[in-house]
Amino acid sequence: MDVKQPNKILLEVNGLKKYFSTGGGMLKKKQQVKAVDDMTFTVKEGETLGIVGESGCGKSTMGRTLLRLQHPTAGEVIYNGQDIAKLKNKDLRKLRKDIQIIFQDPFGSLNPRMTVGAMLSEIVRTHDIVSKKEEKKYLEELLLEVGLTPAAYWKYPHEFSGGQRQRVSIARALAVQPKLIICDEAVSALDVSVQAQVLNLLQHLKKKHGLTYIFISHDLSVVKHISDRVGVMYLGKLVELSDKHDLYERPAHPYTQALFSAIPDITEEKQERIVLKGDVPSPLHIPSGCRFHTRCPLATDKCVEEAPVFEQVRDGHYAACHYAE
Amino acid sequence: MAQVEETHLPKEKIENPRVRMWKMMFGRLFQNKLAVFGGVVTFGLIFTAIFAAWLAPHDPTEQNYSAVLQGPSLEYWFGTDNLGRDLFSRVIYGAQVSLQAGLISVGIALAIGVPIGLISGYYRGFLDEYIIMRLTDAMLSIPALVLALALAAVLGAGLTNAMIAIGLVLTPNFIRLIRGEVLAHREKEYVEAGKASGISDFKLIIKHILPNTMAPIMVQATLAIAAAIIVEASLSYLGLGTQPPDPSWGSMLANGQGYLDSAPWIALFPGFFIFLTVISINLFGDGIRDMLDPKMK
Amino acid sequence: MGEKMDAQLKVEDLHVGFKQKKSSVNILNGVSFQVYKGETLCIVGESGCGKSLTSLSIMGLLPKQGEVQGGKIEFEGENLVQKNMKQMSRLRGNDLSMIFQEPMTSLNPVHTVGKQVAEVVRTHRQVGKKEAYSRALEMFELVGIPSPAERLHNYPHELSGGMRQRVMIAMALACNPKLLIADEPTTALDVTIQAQILELLNDIKAERQMSIMMITHDLGVVSEVADRVLVMYAGEVIECANNRQLFNNPQHPYTQGLIASIPKLKEEKDELPIIEGSVPSPEKMPKGCRFSTRCPFAKQECLTDSPPLQEAEEHTVRCWMHTDRWEEMTPWKGVDEDGREATEQDLIRS
Repeated sequence: MDVKQPNKILLEVNGLKKYFSTGGGMLKKKQQVKAVDDMTFTVKEGETLGIVGESGCGKSTMGRTLLRLQHPTAGEVIYNGQDIAKLKNKDLRKLRKDIQIIFQDPFGSLNPRMTVGAMLSEIVRTHDIVSKKEEKKYLEELLLEVGLTPAAYWKYPHEFSGGQRQRVSIARALAVQPKLIICDEAVSALDVSVQAQVLNLLQHLKKKHGLTYIFISHDLSVVKHISDRVGVMYLGKLVELSDKHDLYERPAHPYTQALFSAIPDITEEKQERIVLKGDVPSPLHIPSGCRFHTRCPLATDKCVEEAPVFEQVRDGHYAACHYAE
Repeated sequence: MAQVEETHLPKEKIENPRVRMWKMMFGRLFQNKLAVFGGVVTFGLIFTAIFAAWLAPHDPTEQNYSAVLQGPSLEYWFGTDNLGRDLFSRVIYGAQVSLQAGLISVGIALAIGVPIGLISGYYRGFLDEYIIMRLTDAMLSIPALVLALALAAVLGAGLTNAMIAIGLVLTPNFIRLIRGEVLAHREKEYVEAGKASGISDFKLIIKHILPNTMAPIMVQATLAIAAAIIVEASLSYLGLGTQPPDPSWGSMLANGQGYLDSAPWIALFPGFFIFLTVISINLFGDGIRDMLDPKMK
Repeated sequence: MGEKMDAQLKVEDLHVGFKQKKSSVNILNGVSFQVYKGETLCIVGESGCGKSLTSLSIMGLLPKQGEVQGGKIEFEGENLVQKNMKQMSRLRGNDLSMIFQEPMTSLNPVHTVGKQVAEVVRTHRQVGKKEAYSRALEMFELVGIPSPAERLHNYPHELSGGMRQRVMIAMALACNPKLLIADEPTTALDVTIQAQILELLNDIKAERQMSIMMITHDLGVVSEVADRVLVMYAGEVIECANNRQLFNNPQHPYTQGLIASIPKLKEEKDELPIIEGSVPSPEKMPKGCRFSTRCPFAKQECLTDSPPLQEAEEHTVRCWMHTDRWEEMTPWKGVDEDGREATEQDLIRS
């Protein structure tokens, strides 16, 4: 393992956009869904960057766009000096060894007709990770490492429980010895007790292999638990990004504040909470100015007209709000 | 430490996976009594077709004017037709024609339809949307029999041409079916995960998507075999399929139609065998589909 | 909670299972509890614990292979288990209402939401179309749907998830039910919307003196809305107490583990305490205590003897640890039937 420089930037995302066109028939005008709209952030080596947001905020699309499972509409994703958004297919496949993804649905993310062994060995062979002779041993160790028995090698996905299936997904991601793993709601479909097991496993693997995570979830408590820094997304944009302690103790954006107060937490007595009015606007009709002004308790005329800039409010604490302190 | 979820379960014995897989698959197949029945009959029919020359007591084209329109007897098990030909022998030889018509024309349809459907569904785009789909729409808008008739007429009469015609007529169904399945599966996370693992498109299509579309293809194929046998029968009936005096179940059925009152067995026996073949292939196909599905117990 | 209240719903020793080809599998094993008038009882547990099956049994909506194998469900002094389909459907939507997790699939996509609510009213009340619609409008106002008169004419797909759940609640409340069963009502919703819905349910309950039985896997939601909490594990009730007591002083090792294993906003931990293993499947249910295979405190007898439900003042728990027998029981050393080796360390870890 090479010597790590502290805070070396592993992934740099500049002005990333992903728009989808919908509708658009012969007589209908096409509409644009701005799923990810101009996101800029960096991921440092060895950290866990959490991304939280409600459904439809574009966080999953963002994760997929980083890996180019979706083609970005604009922007750069720079990894190792290469722009993933512009790579040729062949180079992209090579790069995919370094960046892996774990999905939410432990049922849909495994091919139901392939044994775990067949699935893993296919991936290992694609990237020539180990020689054929050592493959079996390598994979069995891998399965043990994620908390499964070597017998899992011969099993089909449906023979596992949800938690075990998620462990298989982790094994698949880990099989190619990646540097960065994108966890897209990786524990959201699991029961509480299993969720804790998988979270611990992810932490443990991170330490052992020096991994970097982008941890996407709607669950703020989980994100806070596992992340070093947390970004909050609202309607395709980052509204706040900061070290998790600073974010939790002094959230700068009113949306983050509302999000924190909305979480039912078992450790405390009932507290006064900010209940946001109304629904998340549809990404088809994004509000003018600040996207949050329709639900913001502090909104003024300025917010309706002028979009706030995503800028540093404190050391390493960024927010997009006219009135952030 | 990583936590082993199965600590408290008894230690599992690891069986050779291939043996276990085949055991599981055939276990599933043999549990399904109807499928076993379908399989036995299907293979019986194939066997009959192959060994027709040894099994048939008479020459199927030999005419015996002293025994015209005779009912079933010890000599002529299924009776004789209006030209005094032994119906039992003709049914046996007819199995050759009908099974060929079914299997080969569906084989043609699969050979063309599966690759086109896979590519069309996986890559989408202009070719898929505006050429392949519109072409299949156009073909599907014409009744199958009419289209087969037109194609057979263009290609010329005869069994081979009839099979090609039937195969082409069946193709659009397969294209549409497979394309639809591929569309559903390409969005699944396991395909995305495969892509994210750097697996090539070709491998994703062949090793991941295709096996997951097998079940509906299987069902469609068995149904199509049945349909092909019937279309071939119809073509023969109209004089475009098997040429007389060669026997095919379809042409025999057509021939028997005129004698339904006086000699019903002429139509009855080929009709019954068409029915039996279609049913058993369907049952067998269902069984195979379940057998291939690892989720079935 | 002060003085003892009347029970609105009383479930006694309920056994529910699924018929299979030859045998039947038991899922709910002697579930007993009460829902008092005007309280919110939360049933909490992980998937497979039987919490949803409990609610379906009460509503008489068990799936086709499901069967009540024994026990009583007493509602308003009548045993629901003995009622036939027709009697049950007269109750459902009337005195007994239910809201489901996924509001999209529970609403008919081809009718306007107003029509669907009015329909429910007309099924149970002898009223005309107009009155039914005005009742629907009233309900829409009650559940805080903005511009309710217009929303009446919307189709389900035209509404957001939160709005649809409000419609479902409006529908469930349209006939003034005495008991509302809410099965994971906020699981499909975002946190900010969840907060709105929970607040709404709390307000309505206070206003209407209705009982709510809420089923959820989310302990956060439980702590937010429950008066009393019932914890289920593998088809059994293992603990029942009032809200703060359960969270501040959980008695059953499972409840303790569950509470500990949730990441909390206020705490900072490197590693989460976990409950090892997973819920046993109905076919492989342990003979004794159903949690014994995962329990860090289990003693030898826990594997073979099923603990009784200890009824104590406002805190019920099913665990040998809270019985007199615990002291006499053999510490777990050595190996159990399945070959699990237990070490001393195993026994003290929490």
